[in-house]
Amino acid sequence: MSEYFIPDVAGRVPDAAGYFGAYGGTFVPEALRGALEEVAAEYEKAKNDPAFVAELEDLLVHYAGRPSPLTEAARFAEHAGGARVFLKREDLNHTGSHKINNVLGQALLTRRMGKTRVIAETGAGQHGVATATACALFGLECVIYMGELDTERQALNVARMRMLGAEVIPVRSGSRTLKDAINEAFRNWVATVDTTHYLFGTAAGPHPFPALVRDFHRVIGVEARRQVRERAGRLPDAAVACVGGGSNAIGLFHAFLGDPGVRLVGCEAAGHGVASGEHAATLTAGEPGVLHGSRSYVLQDDEGQVTEPYSISAGLDYPGIGPEHAYLKDSGRGEYMPITDAEAMAALRLLSRTEGIIPAIESAHALAGALAVGRELGPEGLLVVNVSGRGDKDMDTAARYFGLLDGEQGEGEDR
Amino acid sequence: MSESERQAGAAAGAHQDAGQAAGGRGGAEGLAARLAAARAAGRAALIGYFPAGFPTLERGIESARAMVEGGCDVLEIGLPHSDPVLDGPVIQTADDIALRGGIRIAGVLRTVREVAAATGAPVLVMTYWNPVDRYGAERFAAELAAAGGAGCILPDLPVEESEGWRKAAEQHGLATVFVVAPSSRDARIAAITAAGSGFVYAASLMGVTGTRESVGRDAADLVRRTKATTALPVCVGLGVSNREQAAEVAGFADGVIVGSAFVRRMLDHAGREAEGVAALRELAGELAAGVRQPKAPGAPAA
Repeated sequence: MSEYFIPDVAGRVPDAAGYFGAYGGTFVPEALRGALEEVAAEYEKAKNDPAFVAELEDLLVHYAGRPSPLTEAARFAEHAGGARVFLKREDLNHTGSHKINNVLGQALLTRRMGKTRVIAETGAGQHGVATATACALFGLECVIYMGELDTERQALNVARMRMLGAEVIPVRSGSRTLKDAINEAFRNWVATVDTTHYLFGTAAGPHPFPALVRDFHRVIGVEARRQVRERAGRLPDAAVACVGGGSNAIGLFHAFLGDPGVRLVGCEAAGHGVASGEHAATLTAGEPGVLHGSRSYVLQDDEGQVTEPYSISAGLDYPGIGPEHAYLKDSGRGEYMPITDAEAMAALRLLSRTEGIIPAIESAHALAGALAVGRELGPEGLLVVNVSGRGDKDMDTAARYFGLLDGEQGEGEDR
Repeated sequence: MSESERQAGAAAGAHQDAGQAAGGRGGAEGLAARLAAARAAGRAALIGYFPAGFPTLERGIESARAMVEGGCDVLEIGLPHSDPVLDGPVIQTADDIALRGGIRIAGVLRTVREVAAATGAPVLVMTYWNPVDRYGAERFAAELAAAGGAGCILPDLPVEESEGWRKAAEQHGLATVFVVAPSSRDARIAAITAAGSGFVYAASLMGVTGTRESVGRDAADLVRRTKATTALPVCVGLGVSNREQAAEVAGFADGVIVGSAFVRRMLDHAGREAEGVAALRELAGELAAGVRQPKAPGAPAA
């Protein structure tokens, strides 16, 4: 079997109703139920269809550029307690992030279902760019919902999506970020479900999306597990990834679930600090609830109103989390740590200057987490960190933060 | 339909028939009685939706009362939610105003209590599952029943996930109204109607709440398919905003549900809320006239 698409054949979770322990399920309006059942049924057929698997593999290799390299970051590792640090380079995939893995899989499903139009939400714009890319490749009509605030801080990605022929709709409701973009995409889907597939971008949402998106990203961990054993001769002590909705993290973690010696560390956006109330650290500070079609941890008040998250990173600025992460947290198999804006931005600069790799601000949260875990493990430690995306899209934010533009001073004080 | 019915409906504010017949009984029983009374009068019931706390708590209560006085037989009071994925821009805006104004569940229950007490009309709560789940299904059901509420509509709580809520609702004598959609297959409609009580909410079209130019063509077919599975009244919502459409839906459904059109009237009167309340009463009167002049399905517009 190819290593590019290995769905969780063990089938441990979710169950038939889409539950990972107490989390998951399908909390959607009746009008969407049929469409979700159709996606689930088509995916079941597709994953057992050698032609589907072969076409996906061909795309992942010859279009997306898989496998992505595993790069040892020796100079960066000096700051991580001397532990060995390997970077899983999802930033080198076509479109610049891990998002392409899921998008290619779901674009193939869209075609199999005979649908001609795709909608998607995006936060940082990485999923939107990947979706627009696949739609261009497959000749599908593409509409991307993006919070208005995010269209401002990720203007470059808005231009990329439009260049690729997608329509980008700025969402002005609520906090004008990812959560509201998802609400708006669902609203559109209810009215267009006959012709349209909602190409959900993270391992959250109603069943079957958490399992389906995870399966398309499992390749990250499957490759990394093989690569690190080849390079270091053993399994890592920890696999580290950032978590917003949780797709890159679940993709990395899943291949290591059966390796009890490998700690699975998810890094949440703590914004200005969890105590400040301005954060997106859902597993650290949230409580179980229902948001966007499934039960998981949610940032909410005492009456179930979802509270507005905050993070410097548009891709992590989300008050929910995929249900499988909630399950991993409760079972103790996963550890989730909050990383502040300042810690992430320092890690972004550090990786840029020690390795010549500018990561996405999202991924910088994982790098900051790796510095902490590395210091804990010491020189004998071995880490795999997912660099889920590249930082080009974040240069405007980073330049302002560090005062990199002539005549401007930033809060991060670079010079 | 009797001549007196016709006259009562035509005169805005003069609508008293079914309300008195039901005698102001609370809970699911009162709801059933009110819908049965409308049916006995040979007409469809008019069900109005208005969010609690909009534009303010007091004005929201006043608005809901005016809707009953104008001719609504049954009310749905919205419990505003931060993430109303089934609602279009009109109700989103109202929810937003209510939440920024500080509406809490206590205020929603107070709205239910005062409107039910003042009008005798059955009052349901319509909201999303998370606020109820977080509050506690049992606690919410108990407090809603104590406030004189008739039941709940929770459109993102599917039958499969609803057992805990339904037990609590049943224990406290509350109805649980489920939604069926044009995309629902017959077997699924049967499962939904078997679990539901009070009435069945048939979504006239595939879409979110909001006013539409025309009622979805699928609505009559959906009502027919739903009625084949249940003796419960089948009421149609989504997109109905005027007398003409109410008359059209009344031609094939047991009830006509109107929400966004009411909310929009109040939004249109921002800063002049007293006039807004009068406008709600007037709209209810027009719609009440509509449900008393059912148009045969397929008949040309009057």
